[in-house]
Amino acid sequence: MADLANTSVNAWRRENGRVGVRNHVLVLPVDDISNAACEAVTNNVKGTMAIPHAYGRLQFGEDLDLHFRTIIGTGANPNVAAVVVIGIEPEWTKVIVDGIAKTGKPVTGFSIEQKGDFETIRAASWQAKEYVHWATELQKEAVPLTDIWVSTKCGESDTTTGLSSCPTVGNMYDKLLPHGLYGCFGETSEITGGEHICEARAATPEIGAKFRKIWQAYQDEVIFAHQTDDLSDSQPTKGNILGGLTTIEEKALGNLEKIGRTSTYIDAIGPAETPEKGPGLYFMDSSSAAAECVTLMAAGGFVIHTFPTGQGNVVGNPIVPVVKISGNPRTLRTMSEHIDVDVTGVLTREMTIDEAGDSLIDMIIRTANGRNTAAEALGHREFSMTKLYRSA
Amino acid sequence: MTNIPQLLVHNPDDTVGVVVVEDLKAGTEMLCVVTHDNSDFRLTAKADIPIGHKVALKDLSAGDTVIKYGEDIGKMVGNAGVGEHVHTHNMKTKRW
Repeated sequence: MADLANTSVNAWRRENGRVGVRNHVLVLPVDDISNAACEAVTNNVKGTMAIPHAYGRLQFGEDLDLHFRTIIGTGANPNVAAVVVIGIEPEWTKVIVDGIAKTGKPVTGFSIEQKGDFETIRAASWQAKEYVHWATELQKEAVPLTDIWVSTKCGESDTTTGLSSCPTVGNMYDKLLPHGLYGCFGETSEITGGEHICEARAATPEIGAKFRKIWQAYQDEVIFAHQTDDLSDSQPTKGNILGGLTTIEEKALGNLEKIGRTSTYIDAIGPAETPEKGPGLYFMDSSSAAAECVTLMAAGGFVIHTFPTGQGNVVGNPIVPVVKISGNPRTLRTMSEHIDVDVTGVLTREMTIDEAGDSLIDMIIRTANGRNTAAEALGHREFSMTKLYRSA
Repeated sequence: MTNIPQLLVHNPDDTVGVVVVEDLKAGTEMLCVVTHDNSDFRLTAKADIPIGHKVALKDLSAGDTVIKYGEDIGKMVGNAGVGEHVHTHNMKTKRW
């Protein structure tokens, strides 16, 4: 592998110093009932993208905080050049606009009440067009590879992910984290069965205790509060079981292969929170459902997502390229259009984990330089908000 | 190719391995590789076992702890002789 400390990629350096690998102009709804206006704007102005979603009304407390953090974080992500925000009323719209504006990027809000969709769409379209002209003239520059924040989560796991694609991600982290990369793993529910191992991989016992508290809260507040019998109908999933995984412990041990052999995590953060302790690996409290997890990590500021899959998860994200890695030969035979990095050679012993890690790093470099991922080419733009409890 | 393994085992302590080829038939004398140290051994599959599914590396009886990655991944709730299929029909988590 090349000298990773001195490897650069061509990407966009944003106003706040962060690096983006895509250059989206977003039309971002604050709430579900503003989706239609946002989509109308993107129909008027080419080169923009709306991110429709299902929530944003009558939420309160921690659930509302998470909603705001997810929407603001999505707009603030360095893969986004500029943002038009549309909400039903001005006050929450302003919360989103002000949150995104802290990055220094251009952002303008519009609200629908007292105007209606037509007038809002007209005004927002003019602004979106200005942003497209501006964003499309922004130039890429050479930036260090390790300025790219890289997250991970696996999906449709099977026993091959633990043998090949997950340790491939782990090898990538072991190589890049020492040079100043920001990394992120999560999937609170799927750590179950390996929580003792995850706790021990914290940089300090205090950080491990912080992880343990998050994990225990999930057990107490979600599992034990809502379980009907046990988790065996959803963890492992039916797809996992078809792929040969039998227990949650087996799944967790494969999952944790993603954090490598030498890496330790330096903080355990809440869903959609932005890392604040400098370069290193972070655990994020997050759902194990693919779209929800990638959405939260994107809102936390990660710009490329590495996604090991066994049976073949097809997830993508609107703003973050999702790089799929698989070592399952049946998946490569039946659904190769979804896979960016083929590590089947690990199972045939024709490729080492070290070589697989290098091939993933190479794909991260190519993705940062502009190669569209399989999920991008296939139009996978899943954006799923995590909801903590019922709205008022 | 004869040196492509049919079964991979994570750790020398493991009591199960994973089939890594499609259409494995009963009676196949599998090349088994331990990824931890690249050591290998031979084992005969006692059933048609799908890719990704586990094979007992020793005789396992109900109540036995199953070891994979060198760790406890659950317990047997039925029996599996060496070379037989280990999955939800004869194995379960200890947690729930």
